[in-house]
Amino acid sequence: MIVASFSNVLVWAIWVAAAFACLASGIAVISFTNPFYASLSLIGNLASLAVMYLLLSAEFVAAAQVLVYAGAVMVMFLFVTAYLGNRADAPWAGAPSWQTLGAVAACSALFVEVIVVVGLKTSGRLSHQGEIDSAFGRPREIGRLFLTDHLLAFEITSIVLLIAAVGGVILGSRSRDTPMKGAQQ
Amino acid sequence: MKGPDVVWYLCVAGFLFSTGALGVLIRRSPLIVLLSLEIMLNGANLALIAFSRHFAQGDGQIFALTVMAVAASEVVVGLGLIVAIARQKLALDVDKLSTLRG
Repeated sequence: MIVASFSNVLVWAIWVAAAFACLASGIAVISFTNPFYASLSLIGNLASLAVMYLLLSAEFVAAAQVLVYAGAVMVMFLFVTAYLGNRADAPWAGAPSWQTLGAVAACSALFVEVIVVVGLKTSGRLSHQGEIDSAFGRPREIGRLFLTDHLLAFEITSIVLLIAAVGGVILGSRSRDTPMKGAQQ
Repeated sequence: MKGPDVVWYLCVAGFLFSTGALGVLIRRSPLIVLLSLEIMLNGANLALIAFSRHFAQGDGQIFALTVMAVAASEVVVGLGLIVAIARQKLALDVDKLSTLRG
């Protein structure tokens, strides 16, 4: 009993640390003026999210998150930031305008709406958590689901990735270097 | 090992989504807009995985993996666009890129 309650406290402590790191780095991403620091904050956000995925026994998704996002996507972001140099800096535009205040109000309203809907509609129904066995979230189970129930999603994902790769090559190729007519500086 | 309920994860996911939406709305650098989009997608992913654990069904994790693949494609195309914009010597400011506006 004591061991069980200690384990519960430990899980809560890890969750609180991960959630705090997640929210703080999320706010840091949208408030840094230097995109390099913003990208590094997003790595912290992704890592704390991976910790939460582990707490939810989604081990394969946590590993894929770290490999795909922190490994591949963030390297691309940092390369593009380094390529752009100080042109990529995004200073704040002085005093907050009415547009900024409206955006803050709209996003706060969105958050309050989510909390209210979750609190009102699901408080009674979501109290009972389903039981899982040790196979839940393992690569074997994910692969079985991908190749049986969700085969169409799997194939469409591969086509989407192929099209994105071809599009990235076309957008980045130097042969289309002619300046656009009527382009504003 | 019990830990927090699914509702707590949903609160974090909602906060992440609103943070990302705020970043998309108030920042003007296309790089930071892309980063905010990643935050929004990750908020949705967290909700999917929390529900997947709650109902003890693996389908939510399949959705989350698909969302990650789509996010990777979106980053490739978005960063390609940013590099193309920078190569045309255009301003890296989503407010000034209004050539397509009717």
